[in-house]
Amino acid sequence: MLLEIKNLSRRFGGLQAVSDASFSVRQGMIKAVIGPNGAGKTTLFNLISGTLLPSSGAIHFKGQPIHGLPPYRIARLGMARTYQNIKLYPGMTALENVMVGRHCRSRAGFISGMLSLPWTKKEENASRAAALELLALLDIADLAEVEATSLAFGQQRAVEFARALAMEPELLLLDEPAAGLNIYETAEVARLITKINEQGITVLLVEHDMSLVMDISHEIVVLSFGEKIAEGTPSEIQHNKEVIRIYLGEDDA
Amino acid sequence: MKRHLPLGLLVLAIIGVQLLTRATDTAFYLTPLTMTAYYSLVIVGLCLLMGYAGQISLGHAGFFAIGGYLSAMLTTKNLVPFKDNSLISLCDELGLLVHGQDMFGSAFTHVQPWAACGCAILVTIVVAYAIGIPVLKLKGHYLAMATLGFGIIVYRLALAFPLFGEADGISDVPGFPLLPGLSVSGDFSSRVSNYYLAWGMVALAMWLLVNLIHSRVGRALKAIHGAEGAANATGINTARYKLNTFVISAVLASVAGIFLTHYNGGIGPSEAGIMKSVRYVAIVAIGGMANLWGALTMGALLNIMSLRGMFGSYDDAVFGAILIVIMLFAPQGLLGISLSATFKRILRRGE
Repeated sequence: MLLEIKNLSRRFGGLQAVSDASFSVRQGMIKAVIGPNGAGKTTLFNLISGTLLPSSGAIHFKGQPIHGLPPYRIARLGMARTYQNIKLYPGMTALENVMVGRHCRSRAGFISGMLSLPWTKKEENASRAAALELLALLDIADLAEVEATSLAFGQQRAVEFARALAMEPELLLLDEPAAGLNIYETAEVARLITKINEQGITVLLVEHDMSLVMDISHEIVVLSFGEKIAEGTPSEIQHNKEVIRIYLGEDDA
Repeated sequence: MKRHLPLGLLVLAIIGVQLLTRATDTAFYLTPLTMTAYYSLVIVGLCLLMGYAGQISLGHAGFFAIGGYLSAMLTTKNLVPFKDNSLISLCDELGLLVHGQDMFGSAFTHVQPWAACGCAILVTIVVAYAIGIPVLKLKGHYLAMATLGFGIIVYRLALAFPLFGEADGISDVPGFPLLPGLSVSGDFSSRVSNYYLAWGMVALAMWLLVNLIHSRVGRALKAIHGAEGAANATGINTARYKLNTFVISAVLASVAGIFLTHYNGGIGPSEAGIMKSVRYVAIVAIGGMANLWGALTMGALLNIMSLRGMFGSYDDAVFGAILIVIMLFAPQGLLGISLSATFKRILRRGE
């Protein structure tokens, strides 16, 4: 198992945002977390990536406990994420944003940076080339020198995607990758996620767009009020009575 | 190399100004110009911390004072009464002490300037880490308040201890012989060499800092400035990067303090004052925050004006007013607006 979540809970004061959730993600799959608004999906992502500490429970990544580690340590282990409300670095070009993603795959420090040692230039060029390649993969190579936060919404999403991929992650967490996109862009994102997955990157995504989730994911976890209520393949989930009840309400309602 | 062009211009300007003062027989300008260079060193270091890493410090005069005061105290304190102390005799055996006579002919032993300088820098690093670790967890106003508190503590300590001369400060600080024939001192004969030494240090600092901001680390600092959480999740050890930057800028301030104190032959508590810290922050803001060359240009300009007494007794008030006006009307800095836009326009026309 690449990622294992055991009895994970997080409470904010009186609100139990995630409650005793357990599931795991196998290497190489695309797994989706769905659930109504406020089900605790983003909290779950923040717990996995280390931004929030769990109240109780355990998270193992590549067999190693990661609950309690700071986000940068988890990132270096091979986990990258995107955000529901895009978080790009202002005042930097799209290319520079993606190059920041190369941070954990390069090593020039304060002293070598200040002295501009010859090997750092080589590393810098390699980072630049890798970043440009990713921008090209996402069809935004022509926007490399544009300030990232001034781009259109869909393009910003692509830059964030490229930044995450630049980290060469084993597990990619995507928080609503299709939010705010039209149906053509959503189809494009679906193709992209599948393509990334085929290159061996495991994907865990949170998404509201049911057609996207049903199309591309191998397995689905359903959360409601912080609790896991179902887990299975897309067709199992589509026929799960509990899931239907949550999404559509009860028959006699 | 595009990014080394301004550095070349700086070197040319340094030489040009010196030649100009010689040609016009105005060599007296070299003294305030040399002092300006050391203040500029503080300012470019603070610019790295504020403009690039996005962490404010209202206590940089404190680091300047730690460097200046320690170096001054160690090189003026007569150690003859303590010569039997085991620590002092150990220092003597290591060759860290200088023996001589004072103006009345009695024995006078003090710490060798290089040793004093090393000690001052070491203390600065220790203090910067000790302050930085807890304080850099804070953000915005809280960080400003905490660093302000640090500055006030250093100021009060300088005023309180007889060892640091209380309200009088420390005077009669000897020159700092760096190399044979090159000494940091206010001697009339070494005015030109000190001018080149001071501005040479500024040029060196600019070379190091410009390299840094164009490196992987500089990119990480900008990312921390823009979105700290996301930077951390991208694998950047944000706490350590902020701390290292804080220490680097503290050391630059401290080195400036050490050299200026030896150059002036003394240091007083006003160098540790809050208004000095505010002045440094104001100049970084006028320079355009994330703009090392802007900070250096404005720093040189305003410091020379201040040292020549152009602001009269309103000196501190002028810097306070500048800070308010810049924040209201030109948060991008004075140079940020005009120069870079003009420069880009010219470049575009050239294409």
